Amino acid sequence: MTATAFDPRPTSSQTTGPGPTSSRQLAGTGALLRFALRRDRAMIPIWVAVNALMVLSMPNTLEGLYTTPAERADLLTQMSANSSLRAMIGPVFGDSIGALTAWRVGVYAGALAAVTSLLVVVRHTRDEEESGRQELVASGMVGRRASLTAALLAAAVANTLLALLVVAGLAARGATGALAFGIGIAGVGMVFATMAAIVAQLTESARLARGLTAAVLGAAFALRAAGDSATDDGSSALTWLSPLGWLENLRPYADERWWVLLLFVTAVAGQATVAYALAGRRDVGMSFLPTRPGPAAGRLGSAAALAWRLQRGSVFGWSIGFFLAGLVYGGMTDGAADLVGDNDNAREIIERMGGQAGLTDAFLSAMVGMLGLIAALYVVASVLRLHGEETSGRAEPVLANAVGRLRWAAGHLVIAFGGAALIMLLAGLGFALGYGKETGPILGACLVQVAGVWVVGGLAVLLHGVAPRAAMAAWGVAGAVLLIGWVGPALDVPQTVLDLSPFGHLPKLPGGEMEWGPVLVLLLLAAALTGAGLAGLRRRDMTS
Amino acid sequence: MTKAISVSGLHKSFGGTHALDGLDLDVESGEVHGFLGPNGAGKSTTIRVLLGLLRADSGAAQVLGRDPWADAVEVHRRIAYVPGDVTLWRNLSGGEVIDLYGRLRGGLDPGRRAELVERFELDPTKKGRTYSKGNRQKVALVAAFASDVDLLILDEPTSGLDPLMEEVFQRCVAEERDRGRTILLSSHILSEVEELCDRVSIIRRGQTVETGSLAELRHLTRTSVTAELAGAPNGLALLPGVHDLHVRGYQVRFQVETDKLDAVLRSLSESGVRSLTSTPPTLEELFLRHYQEDMAAQGVAR
Repeated sequence: MTATAFDPRPTSSQTTGPGPTSSRQLAGTGALLRFALRRDRAMIPIWVAVNALMVLSMPNTLEGLYTTPAERADLLTQMSANSSLRAMIGPVFGDSIGALTAWRVGVYAGALAAVTSLLVVVRHTRDEEESGRQELVASGMVGRRASLTAALLAAAVANTLLALLVVAGLAARGATGALAFGIGIAGVGMVFATMAAIVAQLTESARLARGLTAAVLGAAFALRAAGDSATDDGSSALTWLSPLGWLENLRPYADERWWVLLLFVTAVAGQATVAYALAGRRDVGMSFLPTRPGPAAGRLGSAAALAWRLQRGSVFGWSIGFFLAGLVYGGMTDGAADLVGDNDNAREIIERMGGQAGLTDAFLSAMVGMLGLIAALYVVASVLRLHGEETSGRAEPVLANAVGRLRWAAGHLVIAFGGAALIMLLAGLGFALGYGKETGPILGACLVQVAGVWVVGGLAVLLHGVAPRAAMAAWGVAGAVLLIGWVGPALDVPQTVLDLSPFGHLPKLPGGEMEWGPVLVLLLLAAALTGAGLAGLRRRDMTS
Repeated sequence: MTKAISVSGLHKSFGGTHALDGLDLDVESGEVHGFLGPNGAGKSTTIRVLLGLLRADSGAAQVLGRDPWADAVEVHRRIAYVPGDVTLWRNLSGGEVIDLYGRLRGGLDPGRRAELVERFELDPTKKGRTYSKGNRQKVALVAAFASDVDLLILDEPTSGLDPLMEEVFQRCVAEERDRGRTILLSSHILSEVEELCDRVSIIRRGQTVETGSLAELRHLTRTSVTAELAGAPNGLALLPGVHDLHVRGYQVRFQVETDKLDAVLRSLSESGVRSLTSTPPTLEELFLRHYQEDMAAQGVAR
């Protein structure tokens, strides 16, 4: 079968270890690395800058919130006592500003570095092979393992840059802690870079490689959350199973445990070895998980059916993810109320995450809001399928059939907008099941978020319809909305900036008052943006 | 005969580039029309205007009697299109794509589909990327030939096919013509065009420079003649339309403008003809003549 790639016959040029062959296998790495960094000259700096901004803004924010050491000590006790917050953020190991910063943003900075790394690695490995560009590159003076090496080095450059920014920016709070924290974040990034390198050998699809690696990251987050909710010092075996847990257990700013870095080194070295072994044994463009043959005749009969066929996998994935997230956070909700209800500081933390008074509701509201922001990523990815179909040349023959542009677009947009409502509904069901109470209000709160998600989706439709060359800027919109929602309230950003995000106008549910006004305005706005985008699509030239 | 495609004075520019600069194209119903031109001459742009994927800046275009931009869907119901660069979805099999395209057009003849899959030796169970370039083209060709449509628009459809498959393709085009379908064939394979096409249009830099049947076009160009005469040639060089005359003893070799051939032959027979070969211009020569003029014009511009 031609689709299988594994060649069990070891040939001397492929599998012999050290010696002159192995250095030839890296031929061309330098040129490829420069090429990769040139292609990523915008992407890497933006991801790194956003991550560094999130980390480096935290000390001032914390100082503003907790002005005296006594207040910080108070915070430490409360947070340590609360299993739900530990599950969300991680355990606290000290009451210095540095230690609190590492606690508050550590897991998220590590996760963001992991996302950056996996995107970079898949982009320069499987993406290149899937598009066929790799064939041309590999025909040059390029070693069998050079592309993988260049991809990993590009990820290493990004992570080193991030570590340097974190170390430099936090050095004033203590150089040792800053060093541990910076290296730890970069370490998580490299663990997922090498993980992505393995997954990229296993699948033929770059999309699938990204999805699988992101699922591993989600599992790492969940393991750590489960472990941290059980113990208050990160000592649970579950926490130790997660690279994000290692970052906590490095304990920056709280008697750093440097030996934990060995775990990062071992994991990175081990995974890289596996990836290199796999990369050297397979054919270019092929994978270890072979593509199965498909049916000789098809039942697809409409543009909508085609769109569903192309997007159903990602809809299933997001649905499962959102339901599980709802279930987990719903299950934690009662624990969140263990917090001393009359403590202003603790409540302020929750409030700044987007909730309102009444701690259970505030917690639920914050979590629902967070999932709403993440659903904005889904809607952008789904709408931009139109862009991907168009630029790849696959839309052209479809549109040369008796399929109008609006019908073609509608097939994808129904999935984008309907899917956004579906995943929020499933998240709500998860919350309701996990929490066991207030089913109606929780479902309502989740569905209200859909209005905000749709506005972001509408903007993506507008960009694709009116300015197709700028369609990818829709990711920037989603990123800005996420940043405003997650970091904005903590940064004392002017209200006018906060108001730019549609999510800032939604009522804080459950717990707050339902306000139909802003929700209706957002729905109308989403409809207007979508309509304008579709009108643009009808009028413009198709790009190729 | 009604016109399947009628285009006049078509203009289209992208930014500062004028891709189409007053292009004319007429395709009669039921004919196979060759569409020739060097790379970048505007062939694919024209086709994409005819498919309503691009909107022309000015000029008139009608496909099957309708406006391809305003009535795109109605027009497309009766059209099958094969792009030069076929891209498929990685997770759909070739068979699924054939059936999808068929259903999105006027419908698919299942018997014809099966027969074509057989003739093109296509494995319809393979998925997207595992097909080679030629096999991806076969997927689009099977879908086009099996569809129940009036007009086929083929944009360099055979660039990835091997010679055997090329022959299958030519037979399929002939069969389509026999069923009364109209075919617009853009191609660089001149032997293919010569074999299949009733009429051709040659375009250059967004303008039509030549259009007509091959016989008509040949009429406008030169025939090569080689002859061995019984005596010395007399007055050949003075006759109008004779070029590149080479005389060695009683042997002559020259080119003559085809519409002046008559007088030249009379002059030859006056000297007495021992042997004579005359070669009509090939399409390649026709094409190269325009192409070289283009190059020369560019050379002058520089």
